[in-house]
Amino acid sequence: MTGLLTFFIQPLSYAFMQRGMLAAILVGVVCAVVGTYVVLRGMAFFGDALAHAILPGVAMGYLVGGGAREPLFWWALGTAVVSSIGIGMLIRAAKMREDTAIGIVFAGMFALGIALISTVRNYTADLAHFLFGDVLAVSNADLLLIGIFGGLIIITILLFYKEFLLISFDPLLAMTLRLPVRALDYLLFILIALAVVISLQTVGVALMVAMLVTPAATAYLLTRRLPIMMVFAAILASLAGVIGLYLSYYLSIASGAAIVLTSTLFFILVWIGKILRQLWKRGTAIL
Amino acid sequence: MLKKLQSNAIFPHHVQHQPETPILDVSSLSVVYDSIVALDNITFRLEAGQRMAVIGPNGAGKTTLFKVIAGVLPYSSGQVRIGGHTPGGHICIAYLPQRSQVDWRFPVNVTDVVMMGRIGKLGLAHWPGRKDWRFIQQCLAEVGLEDLAGRQISELSGGQQQRMFIARALAQEAELLLMDEPFTGLDVTSQEDILRILDGLRQRGVTVLASTHDLRLASEKFEQVMLLNRRIIGFGCPADVFTSQHLMDAFGGHLRLVQSGGETLAIGDAYCEEDR
Repeated sequence: MTGLLTFFIQPLSYAFMQRGMLAAILVGVVCAVVGTYVVLRGMAFFGDALAHAILPGVAMGYLVGGGAREPLFWWALGTAVVSSIGIGMLIRAAKMREDTAIGIVFAGMFALGIALISTVRNYTADLAHFLFGDVLAVSNADLLLIGIFGGLIIITILLFYKEFLLISFDPLLAMTLRLPVRALDYLLFILIALAVVISLQTVGVALMVAMLVTPAATAYLLTRRLPIMMVFAAILASLAGVIGLYLSYYLSIASGAAIVLTSTLFFILVWIGKILRQLWKRGTAIL
Repeated sequence: MLKKLQSNAIFPHHVQHQPETPILDVSSLSVVYDSIVALDNITFRLEAGQRMAVIGPNGAGKTTLFKVIAGVLPYSSGQVRIGGHTPGGHICIAYLPQRSQVDWRFPVNVTDVVMMGRIGKLGLAHWPGRKDWRFIQQCLAEVGLEDLAGRQISELSGGQQQRMFIARALAQEAELLLMDEPFTGLDVTSQEDILRILDGLRQRGVTVLASTHDLRLASEKFEQVMLLNRRIIGFGCPADVFTSQHLMDAFGGHLRLVQSGGETLAIGDAYCEEDR
């Protein structure tokens, strides 16, 4: 019994683990709630592109600041907001398929980011940090920013709950009701961008899309009501954050990867559970 | 103060209808996109409480016409007046989408969807209050869905789905309903249910436009019909509009007219996409 208790408590004796846990939970909840709309509106590729498109901004901040970490958040924030509006405008203006337009911006920006970082001598280490994140390196200042912006995101989603619901389910009705559909679309893009920025430390650019999509997709398998889907997604995401960090601690695997793998495992389990239940139902129906 | 600011600043166009003007007055309306003429010189007028069926083959411009009236599609030339005003200023118009265009797996129930109709009256960032929920209950009861209020939308039958959208239009307090293929894929009982609800709406002066392929339904249940194939081929009461010449003009080679006894049967093979 005490062995089990030690198993859970011992890692938390380190301050960096406490901060990491808190960050993983906060970021998980925020991304899961925002991710509900990403899943329902089929914006997974948009989210992935947005995460990758902030790399040049982060790289600029890194080069300008001479390696200092604090200004990176604001550089990432600026780039993310600009990119989300840019991609949004491209979706409207481009006479090509939306995913093609996003693909061009995404790869171009990402390449620019890599090019910028590669001007630094030991660039593989720096690049890896941005690509995969390091939740255990989260500082108190980082936590404060995550808390403030995460809170803002959740409050905005609650405030505009019915508007976001309507523009996602039936944009035509939103237009006939004279809702500012375009402004609301951009607001949602910006919320996704903010969620991406505060998650940068936790999972990095490369695995970001999993934070947005996987918990929400798992919750979608479990319920057919939007508010409940949001709550389930948030719970799944924070569980994945906590379990992932324990796995990372005891198995010595990268924290971001551990969190995402846990989240993916949840999805697989729920999916299998759902299939089994359907089979069971069919079986009892035949009997 | 805040509430007033929001309703005026964010929704600047909640216009009042001018008295003594027809609910819908369309003249010389044309819609051209990318040099393709979708609607050509459309002129007609409807008074409040009238019910019109719009009939035409695939690609005849039925949906385009509805969306222009709803104010969500721009038009190239001509004039559209709803209660004396241009489209775009009206939250009293409800466009009821074709059922095949709706994402039925979206995680909402019947009440959620009907609540969406209230959003125009609520104002930005306001949650519906107790009065709104009670009103939504009334709207559900009016279409006979009060027992299915909590049902997920994918679990509804086609007729129930259509009635849910009518309830949403009621929640919107719509005066003009634009129904895109409301009867397609429904059994006769469900069609009768919907027509009965529409009869009730007529009593209150609600105007209804419905697109359909069902000539018999259109001629028996609608006092006005429009035969449309990019231009108006016939408009008026069914007996005047549904002549063999008009039907041939509208449907072209897709329609065969067969004399059987004293009746003329029209057999068409041009259908809009059925529900998936």
